[in-house]
Amino acid sequence: MFLAILNPLMRIIEIPMLALQRLLGMRLFAWAFLAPNLILFGLFAFLPVILNLFYATTGGDNVLLADRPDVGLRNFVTLTDCGSYLDPNTCREDKFWRAVWNTTWFVTLQVGFMVGFALLTAIILNRDIRARGFFRAVFFFPVLLSPVVVALIWKWILQREGVLNAFLDWTGMGGINWLVDAQWAFAWSVFISVWAHMGFYTLILLAGLQAIPRDVYEAAIMDRASPWRSFTRITLPLLAPTMLVVLVLALIKGVQTFDEIYAFTGGGPGTATTFIIQYIYEEGFAGAPRLFGLAAAASLMVAAVLVVLTLIQLWVNRRNVDG
Amino acid sequence: MSGAFAFLTRTRGRANGGTRLHWTDWASYAYLGLGICLMFGPVVWLVLSSFKTEADLQRYPPTFLPYQQQTMLIEGYDEPLPLFRMTGGEYEGMILAQVRRVGIQAQMVDPANPGERLRTGIDEREPVQRVRLATENYTELFERFTFLRYFWNSTFITLMSTAIMLLVNSMAAFALSKYRFRGRTTVLLLVISTLMIPQTVVLVPLFLIVTELGMFNSLWGVIIPGAATPTGVFLLRQYMLTIPDEILDAARMDKASEWKIFWRIILPLSAPAIAVLAILAIMWRWNDFLWPLIVLTQSENFTLQLALNSFQGELLTDWSSLLAMTVLTLLPIACVFMFLQKYIATGIASTGGK
Amino acid sequence: MFVTYMVNQGGTTVLKTSFAATTAVATSFALLAGAAAAQEIRFMCYSDGNECEVYDDVLTRFEADNPGVDVIVDVVPYQAILENLPVQLAAGTGPDMAKVTDLGGLNEYYLDLTPYIDTGYWDASFGGTLDWYRVGDRQGYYGMHSQLTITGAFVNATLFEQAGIEMPGADATWEEWAAAANAVAAATDTPFPMAIDRSGHRVAGPAISYGAQYFDGEGNGSFAGFEPFAAQFVAWNEDGTMARDVWAGQGGATYQDAAQEFINGELVFYYSGSWQVGRMDEQVGDFFDWQVVGSPCGPAGACSGMPGGAGIVGFEQTEHPEIVAAVIDYLAQEDVYAEVAARTRNLPAHLGVASAGVEFQNASPAAQAALNAFAADLPDVSPIAFAYQGYAGNRAMFGITVERLSQAIVGELSVADAVGRMSDDLAAAMAESQ
Repeated sequence: MFLAILNPLMRIIEIPMLALQRLLGMRLFAWAFLAPNLILFGLFAFLPVILNLFYATTGGDNVLLADRPDVGLRNFVTLTDCGSYLDPNTCREDKFWRAVWNTTWFVTLQVGFMVGFALLTAIILNRDIRARGFFRAVFFFPVLLSPVVVALIWKWILQREGVLNAFLDWTGMGGINWLVDAQWAFAWSVFISVWAHMGFYTLILLAGLQAIPRDVYEAAIMDRASPWRSFTRITLPLLAPTMLVVLVLALIKGVQTFDEIYAFTGGGPGTATTFIIQYIYEEGFAGAPRLFGLAAAASLMVAAVLVVLTLIQLWVNRRNVDG
Repeated sequence: MSGAFAFLTRTRGRANGGTRLHWTDWASYAYLGLGICLMFGPVVWLVLSSFKTEADLQRYPPTFLPYQQQTMLIEGYDEPLPLFRMTGGEYEGMILAQVRRVGIQAQMVDPANPGERLRTGIDEREPVQRVRLATENYTELFERFTFLRYFWNSTFITLMSTAIMLLVNSMAAFALSKYRFRGRTTVLLLVISTLMIPQTVVLVPLFLIVTELGMFNSLWGVIIPGAATPTGVFLLRQYMLTIPDEILDAARMDKASEWKIFWRIILPLSAPAIAVLAILAIMWRWNDFLWPLIVLTQSENFTLQLALNSFQGELLTDWSSLLAMTVLTLLPIACVFMFLQKYIATGIASTGGK
Repeated sequence: MFVTYMVNQGGTTVLKTSFAATTAVATSFALLAGAAAAQEIRFMCYSDGNECEVYDDVLTRFEADNPGVDVIVDVVPYQAILENLPVQLAAGTGPDMAKVTDLGGLNEYYLDLTPYIDTGYWDASFGGTLDWYRVGDRQGYYGMHSQLTITGAFVNATLFEQAGIEMPGADATWEEWAAAANAVAAATDTPFPMAIDRSGHRVAGPAISYGAQYFDGEGNGSFAGFEPFAAQFVAWNEDGTMARDVWAGQGGATYQDAAQEFINGELVFYYSGSWQVGRMDEQVGDFFDWQVVGSPCGPAGACSGMPGGAGIVGFEQTEHPEIVAAVIDYLAQEDVYAEVAARTRNLPAHLGVASAGVEFQNASPAAQAALNAFAADLPDVSPIAFAYQGYAGNRAMFGITVERLSQAIVGELSVADAVGRMSDDLAAAMAESQ
């Protein structure tokens, strides 16, 4: 039934596309395929970012750009006005720097644990186990939940009167007030973030593992290579391209962590789990007054850092592959 | 040693002819079992909680199953009275009904002897409870909302946005993976660079653009911007790179048009990757909250997520309805997932392979 | 400014007054609108209970009286009112009318109802709350305060009884309550003696009682005099008098209440507000006895709570200002207002309704008494609190209070630093919003 709709539709599109192909010739025809996507992107992805650039150089709390006074680089100066970048208390925008450091720690831990567990899970799922499809689905399932639901579930479990504390009480260990203690709240934030997103990366890694030909391992057994050696010398190198995709995506998404933690701890206790996107959201959208300029400046700084990190990863990978 | 080898590479045990399970198999199953508890447990808890009454939700320690205090109609009293089991005092062990409570004293009555009132302390008793599903959490939703309308809006947005995204993204991925042309790297870098800025931080400019285009308060205002997601281009391109160019060349020899090559060859061969992207796209759009919240303000356009969150007031939140609604919005996505999940296996395959 | 409420305890109804007046208003409008094509009015509403449902129901009668007018109540999450509505208004895509809480902050968008209403009736009925919607030289009639709230304390009377401790009297201080709550908690093995909602609005009353001024000489917002309260509050959080969970368990300016703890009998003294009465009534049930006491007194001599609530406003962008005004005016009529107040169990801001008394629907005697106690505490509210509630920058100040005070509680900042940061933040915010 699905195809019954799809086929005639495709046939109809073919007519103008064929005309275009004759008109443009093969060299330019790629743009015909790209055009719809580029229009969508241009309007709804690039244009907002460009507008954001303008917002970053304006002040005040008006929404419309035309009503906003030009302040040059003042927003960037405000953000970077620090006695010492390592101590947020010496900064004018202390919340920004707290968020920066929290995000740095969070991303390091979250990407590390998530990729580690995703790899372990992928390796186990790649074994010849019963009900593999079922287990694969089990690990992927949390990916389907909306961030708000993820936060809701875990908050419900971890609150002082939650089911985890009830269980600990029952075993006699006594409950802990998880979300009031800064360290625990941070640790649980890392945990639920790994919980919610691990499945996606597990699947990508699993696919990468399945793409490694079997005979490579059989050859290794012939050579009496140690298992650890064949893991580090065969599996990891052959998995490297997949790993790159996983790391790039995980890092970008990690820095952009917002919804689930915001709904989970609200960034607390204090500012212990306030991450950079939450800072931007609160300054530019949820807070009063809305400091769009400051928020836009902060978002550009984050984007710049992400671009640099991605380029470093690509560069490191290129060296690995070539070398 | 060979066990560790098997563990780190691939299967041992049954596949290699052995019938006994190796210790690494046990370890694997233990890990997977733990996985089930950790991944599914919280969701089961959510579903069970959605059948609790508002008062039951607030109780500590929380109970696994939804309970409600048992009541009994007793001669001489108009309303059913709550039952208590006495745990101390002179009536220990008896089940009494409470007439009323004043401070720390309670007036009780024995159902067998309704004439006589008994006086007890409130710390000498515990309520008699039984399991009862608060299905009213669900039925009230249907009375209170034009639930079907919201469901339809959510479905329409999700399907249209996913369809547009899949078509547009696969076309772009085709161009970026199978054509050599000037500016290819630039386009690719631009696509990847849009990954860097999440929608959350450009809400205001995006809102102004959508309003300028006249899509405010229209479902298209959610559908079209939602379709402009870079992840799809990125994943599909990686997959299409693995399709050998020879197939395309053969088709071109047969004078097939480029569009025909795209939809007769590339699309079917990319089906697994498209299935995965479809799952992701459906899930993203279905769960979208912040963006619809700002674009859609009229109730006939509301999505399920907006309706769900309208249980959150400034000062009070209606948890029982919120949980029930959460479970309801989760059901369709779980169904879609079950339907598409068999494709996931092959689907992600070599999206990562270069 | 406010008449003390004499809520009807006898059980007789008061909903009949001035029905004739409303009908007259509605009819005259119907003639005005004539048989014009269907005119659609969009009313963006959020619920803390059943408000939107009740408005929708009441407005059906308005629609019946005014053929061709269709008032559609769009029930949105509170977040949409708080965060998105201002952006939509700035872009010119707002609704025709809305229920809002940022009373002064949205003033520039309000529709002035003056030409459409009987200002004499409004002055007599709403008195001081009208000022909350006015800013600078915009001194018209903008908002109908539909839901008046006042902060105050819920006390678990059963715990006091079990501990055998006398409850402090009507003019007791915060310190006396703290001592009593601590004693009760110790005697009954209750985890938390006291809690205050995590909200800048909730601590405003106590802070004023401790000497906070909230305004400088020129009428601009200021945190002068806030430090004594901040120091006391942080100390109470440290020594366990206050439930640390409430303020330390969240981040940013997020709202958090402690109602669950109170309902579970784990909290002796809970400082929240009149809107919690319905919830306590339903969920505490027969578990224990609770009662409401007015705001305790502080060293500065005041015993102030903080008024608040939500109101219904129209927006200048509407294409049908006369209909929007008529809808709001209809809701402002004494009989309609009284009915809505009774059905939503909210304290009325309408002075006529308040003095006649409201018999709240489905309210137990405990809830009725609690609402009376809240109403009776209104005369104690300091003028600063009234001015603060109507100050256009109060939302910024509430947010700053919560963020910085939380940081002091969890130890990220010292009390002095936190108060210093509060002033800096406020100065920065005011510089940007000029």
